[in-house]
Amino acid sequence: MTYTRETDHGTPPALATGKSVTLTIDGQSVTLPEGTSIMRAASLLGGSIPRLCATDSVESFGSCRLCLVEVEGRNGYPASCTTPVAEGMVVRTQTDRLKQLRRGVMELYISDHPLDCLTCGANGDCELQEQAGAVGLRDVRYGYDGATNMGQAKDQSNPYFDFDPSKCIVCSRCVRACEEVQGTFALTIENKGFDSKVAPSQGEDFLGSECVSCGACVQACPTASLIEKKVVESGTPDRAVVTTCAYCGVGCTFRAEMRGEELVRMVPWKDGKANRGHSCVKGRFAWGYAQHQDRILNPMIRASVSEPWREVSWDEAIAHTASEFRRIQAKYGTRSIGGITSSRCTNEETFLVQKLIRQGFGNNNVDTCARVCHSPTGYGLSQTFGTSAGTQDFDSVMQADVILVIGANPTDGHPVFASRMKKRLRPNNGKPGAKLIVIDPRRTDLVQSPHVAAEHHLPLRPGTNVAMLTALAHVVVTEKLYDETFIRERCDWDEFADWAEFVSQPARSPEAIEPLTGVKAEDVRAAARLYATGGNGAIYYGLGVTEHSQGSSTVMAIANLAMATGNVGREGVGVNPLRGQNNVQGACDMGSFPHEFSGYRHVSDTATRTLFERAWGVTLDSEPGLRIPNMLDAATDGSFKGLFVQGEDILQSDPNTHHVAAGLAAMECVVVQDLFLNETANYAHIFLPGSTFLEKDGTFTNAERRIQRVRKVMAPLNGYADWEIVQLVANAMGLDWTYDHPSQIMDEIAALTPTFAGVHYDRLEAEGSLQWPANDAAPDGTPTMHIGGFVRGKGKFVVTDYVPTDEKTGPRFPLLLTTGRILSHYNVGAQTRRTANTAWHPEDRLEIHPSDADNRGLKDGDWVTLRSRAGETTLRALITERVAPGVVYTTFHHPETQANVITTDFSDWATNCPEYKVTAVQVMASNGPSDWQQDYADQARQSRRIAPLEAAE
Amino acid sequence: MKVFISRDMASVALGADEVARAFADAGCDVVRTGSRGLFSIEPLVELETDEGRIGFGPVGPQDVAAVLDGTHINRLGKVEDLPFFASQQRFTFARCGVIDPLSLSDYAAHRGWEGLETARRQTPQQVVDAVKVSGLRGRGGAGFPTGIKWQTVLDAPAGDKYIVCNADEGDSGTFADRMLMEGDPFCLIEGMAIAAHAVGAGHGYIYIRSEYPFCIATMRAAIEASAHIVSPFTLEVREGAGAYVCGEETALLDSIEGKRGQVRAKPPLPALQGLFGQPTVINNVLSLAAVPFILAEGPEAYAAVGFGRSRGTMPVQLAGNVQHGGLYEIGFGITLGELVNAIGGGTASGRPVRAVQVGGPLGAYFPPSMFDLPFDYEAFAQAGGLIGHAGITVFDDSVDMAHMARFAMEFCAAESCGKCTPCRIGSTRGVEIMDRIIGARDAAPVTVSEAGSGYLGKALYSRAPDRIDVSIDAQATLLRDLADTMKYGSLCALGGFTPYPVLSALDYFPEDFGANAPVKEAAE
Repeated sequence: MTYTRETDHGTPPALATGKSVTLTIDGQSVTLPEGTSIMRAASLLGGSIPRLCATDSVESFGSCRLCLVEVEGRNGYPASCTTPVAEGMVVRTQTDRLKQLRRGVMELYISDHPLDCLTCGANGDCELQEQAGAVGLRDVRYGYDGATNMGQAKDQSNPYFDFDPSKCIVCSRCVRACEEVQGTFALTIENKGFDSKVAPSQGEDFLGSECVSCGACVQACPTASLIEKKVVESGTPDRAVVTTCAYCGVGCTFRAEMRGEELVRMVPWKDGKANRGHSCVKGRFAWGYAQHQDRILNPMIRASVSEPWREVSWDEAIAHTASEFRRIQAKYGTRSIGGITSSRCTNEETFLVQKLIRQGFGNNNVDTCARVCHSPTGYGLSQTFGTSAGTQDFDSVMQADVILVIGANPTDGHPVFASRMKKRLRPNNGKPGAKLIVIDPRRTDLVQSPHVAAEHHLPLRPGTNVAMLTALAHVVVTEKLYDETFIRERCDWDEFADWAEFVSQPARSPEAIEPLTGVKAEDVRAAARLYATGGNGAIYYGLGVTEHSQGSSTVMAIANLAMATGNVGREGVGVNPLRGQNNVQGACDMGSFPHEFSGYRHVSDTATRTLFERAWGVTLDSEPGLRIPNMLDAATDGSFKGLFVQGEDILQSDPNTHHVAAGLAAMECVVVQDLFLNETANYAHIFLPGSTFLEKDGTFTNAERRIQRVRKVMAPLNGYADWEIVQLVANAMGLDWTYDHPSQIMDEIAALTPTFAGVHYDRLEAEGSLQWPANDAAPDGTPTMHIGGFVRGKGKFVVTDYVPTDEKTGPRFPLLLTTGRILSHYNVGAQTRRTANTAWHPEDRLEIHPSDADNRGLKDGDWVTLRSRAGETTLRALITERVAPGVVYTTFHHPETQANVITTDFSDWATNCPEYKVTAVQVMASNGPSDWQQDYADQARQSRRIAPLEAAE
Repeated sequence: MKVFISRDMASVALGADEVARAFADAGCDVVRTGSRGLFSIEPLVELETDEGRIGFGPVGPQDVAAVLDGTHINRLGKVEDLPFFASQQRFTFARCGVIDPLSLSDYAAHRGWEGLETARRQTPQQVVDAVKVSGLRGRGGAGFPTGIKWQTVLDAPAGDKYIVCNADEGDSGTFADRMLMEGDPFCLIEGMAIAAHAVGAGHGYIYIRSEYPFCIATMRAAIEASAHIVSPFTLEVREGAGAYVCGEETALLDSIEGKRGQVRAKPPLPALQGLFGQPTVINNVLSLAAVPFILAEGPEAYAAVGFGRSRGTMPVQLAGNVQHGGLYEIGFGITLGELVNAIGGGTASGRPVRAVQVGGPLGAYFPPSMFDLPFDYEAFAQAGGLIGHAGITVFDDSVDMAHMARFAMEFCAAESCGKCTPCRIGSTRGVEIMDRIIGARDAAPVTVSEAGSGYLGKALYSRAPDRIDVSIDAQATLLRDLADTMKYGSLCALGGFTPYPVLSALDYFPEDFGANAPVKEAAE
């Protein structure tokens, strides 16, 4: 198979109007939607009109003048990219006159372009080269002694791509991609006329500019002017495999472009329904960790964590794992061990881990990292709507009129979706942009960025979400802005009435809670009115909602608000959790929680349990198992002794690091399956090297319930895909599994899970993706949920009383710490820290308001101690007005900082989701890393020693 | 004693401020008007007398006494009786030079607002129909029927609509927009208010080039003074940032939107998706300023004058090496020769006229042999030229037409926005070709070097500058090919019209390009 680019029709599809026109192009008659360009029409007919400035990811521009055509009855030579088709139009795309004009234009292009094609990085993948051939250019009569833009220095500052202005043809595709696709507006054309050139920001290089390195410009560039460093180094790929990104919950699909087993580049797939051909710096470029030297490729064991690791064979490691688990269970009981599934692994792998635990361990001690992120979403939405997932697909945002973002920072956390959202927030072709409301303690980028500005930003004090949402509801109810028809039809009216009575109490009013939230009552009222009356209202939220002691209440308060205003059950509205990890939705769906089988069915439900017992041939425990914090508590109590952790680093990601460390240290056998010796592995006795998403088949389920294929593009460096390793462990424990391919696992999931009944690999191959529920009732999947009625029957209004967190500021801890993440890094950073993404964010910094910094005598970049009731750490200060006075903020990407040393044991009342977002802290000047950080670094160093292999072998 | 002295920028440049101060110091009641439009009599002072306004010009500050006692040698009599004025058909410029530009009472006394009042008594469709019947065509140069443009905007779905006035008058040798805005700003405002009524627009912009500070100040003052009259329609002035290309309507819209002034591809038409993506009437100053007359006097009165499909009057601007430079408003159909010789009086230098350029820097050069060409959109197009904004620049026989062709390319290179390839690269290559032609003409012919010849030489030295054929013939061929690419390939008129001056110079004055004999002339 030879490498080809994805088909580019030159201009985007026309906006659907329902009307179509018939025309003739080069003698062929064709009927197409009104508004389609002649260029696209010709391409759909299988032709290709020469072009350089047009590409179907951005609106037509009409600058290159190569795509001229002749239209009968019209003067001149209209550009086919900007001319829409019309009824009865007769178009000719190739005539002597057109050939002459195109050659004239191309001759001008080449008069200012180097002729080093054979040694050029884009050789074989260059549209200029291709079009010069297509128009038959044979000579450049202008010579090369005239003015030129060649010979300019390259900008190689970006770690992933080069910018060579000498090869730029000023087509503006990069500038337009940055604006239209990414929405960052980092690029511009500076100067004019012959001196026009692409410039990042003003007088900056790419790295120093506002560029977020999403790669849209590189993808759009028709020449070698913007090109991946990897392509320059390796040459062009020769095949492409479509797969799904393993970073965040957006679930972008990419073409992994390969030569042999070498991954040359990842290019966002235009047909991907989650990302629609867009990408971010992580998925597009930051995959080098897969080959990083830190990756562990051989299994290792040790008797105690104070010893160095000893590399062993797979057979020995697997046998040792099985025997240790059996030994512990024999000694301490069936429920003395458990496991943690990974939101980064595939659905199939996750399903196998929970199956191993339920079937093989004989208990329900399984949990997953969703515990610490979106478990309140699962609980809250299933209580109110009846499903544990978001209600919409991502495309839905394009139909929204008012977008309410609460506790989410999509431009950093979910960048590709944020670009879609920003596209909807900007006016487009005369259609006004959607209005935006941001509820967040920080002034996130969405609040104010190029061509996007929030109508209302409500910068509330961390921990007051429920009070704020109830105040919004107060306005909706007391000002009679609710949708009575919707509520009467779809919800329980009496429950609504109770809820309405509750939220209407004067104590819930915006005025009453102003001292609590610190947000002006009139702003809250205005925001409520806008959401309730501004047309389609869509709510998007993130961990700023869930990671609180009232996380579940907040989710339900959001659901209440959406139901009261009739904003559920159609395109453009809904309640949309932005899920954190690539497969956190899937991990939850697959039965990773201690109380639920796949498809969110409680373990105490006899019918469901019988179904599984019959399939698996064992008796299953009807008691819910332990959650992660309970496992750790039980470990320190001495009743929980063994843990299997696949692809998660609980020591770094879970709250109150000291407590996690103590729990792990108290266990007799901790098995870690991961790519790297992560922080948790410091306390592990067995290390099973994991495989990357490039090395295995499977599926991920993204935040819109979309199930997409992960495809193997290279053999696992560690020898086995993760699902194979789990199967080896299971069989060593006597379970007799016989999966040859993950598709068989999915078939089992489908057979045992009603919402997945229609999900099979052949369907996924055919459709590209499916959104669950996908079964007989919804054969094509379910892009929008709750159409016509709620899954649970009647939508349920739940009274959510605001209960202040126990975590309070006081004289010792006067500031509130909230945590989050940054664009260039992902979660605990295990992957991104092992890529050149560190160029943007080499360390965690503490954001602090200038007045708080001033009070403490701190300057930007000073080392500070950050102390809470739980612990302390040091990091460098970043003084910014993004945070309000009294609030500080940091990220948790770097183990050197260990921000979770600071966070406390407080958690959501319903799901134990930790209260990461609120910690009372003090900040003071410091000389450098704390004693604890130094001890920890020493311990980590000790723990990561690997004994040299015996020379005799 | 009441005297009238122009405050027009051209008059001020010729010393009108000093003259006005001198008359004020002498105790006169000085009324500052716009310019009458004939620069050879500026600074002009008009004395209010029993027999009417008697003009004296040019005069200096030292001439106050002589003017006041009527003995000044440059006594002109009634200005409107001078042949230059008497032969004009002043529809649009009727008030210019007569009234105090910012006096609402003067404006009203000279039939101001009659057009708007008429329009307001009519339905929008009736107003659009009147403009159609008048035959008014876009005076910015394209000559597109104004009524049809307005109809498109009227028919566009309701919502925010805009009226945009293109006052980015950048053509060399043109000044009609400026004169009107400085001399009769309410006329433009009235025209825009009529347009707003006709299409249902609520807000308008006047985009004025930054080089016109007097205009900007006058228009701002006039907008403020007349706000209550045109209300609820509102207006504001936007100042250009110095780019010629922003006179192109879509680049102008981008500039108002705060973007880099770059030409947009059409469609979508600005009439449907114009300013901020909304339906927009964008017209030149002269088009909008013609509208009050059409409504007040009736479209038939306007259409009654003209030639062929070019109806009404055109304010022709005579400039360059011409004896009587100024503004001459006349019905279409007058010949080029009448304008240059009879009205303009030939060259200022007294030498024979060799060429005139019509329509600004992108207009064609015409030799005197073509002076019987009638002033008409179609006739000029057929002759390989354009009327443009009706600027006529006169050159005597000392002009080097190869240099003028080079200047056209250089102008295009300097003003190109850089969006489309033919204009962005082509204009620079055009300058280089002209340099080679002029170099070859002025020096001994260059021989093609041997370095690049032969099979291997061609392969190895394909990039050597001396490989190309720099003979005049080869370069002239390349120039024609380039002109063809630019004319038919460019996105807007800047690149598309640059070939007009270049090719007309090459065609009509081949001897300046090193040709042995003037081919065209010889043929006749």
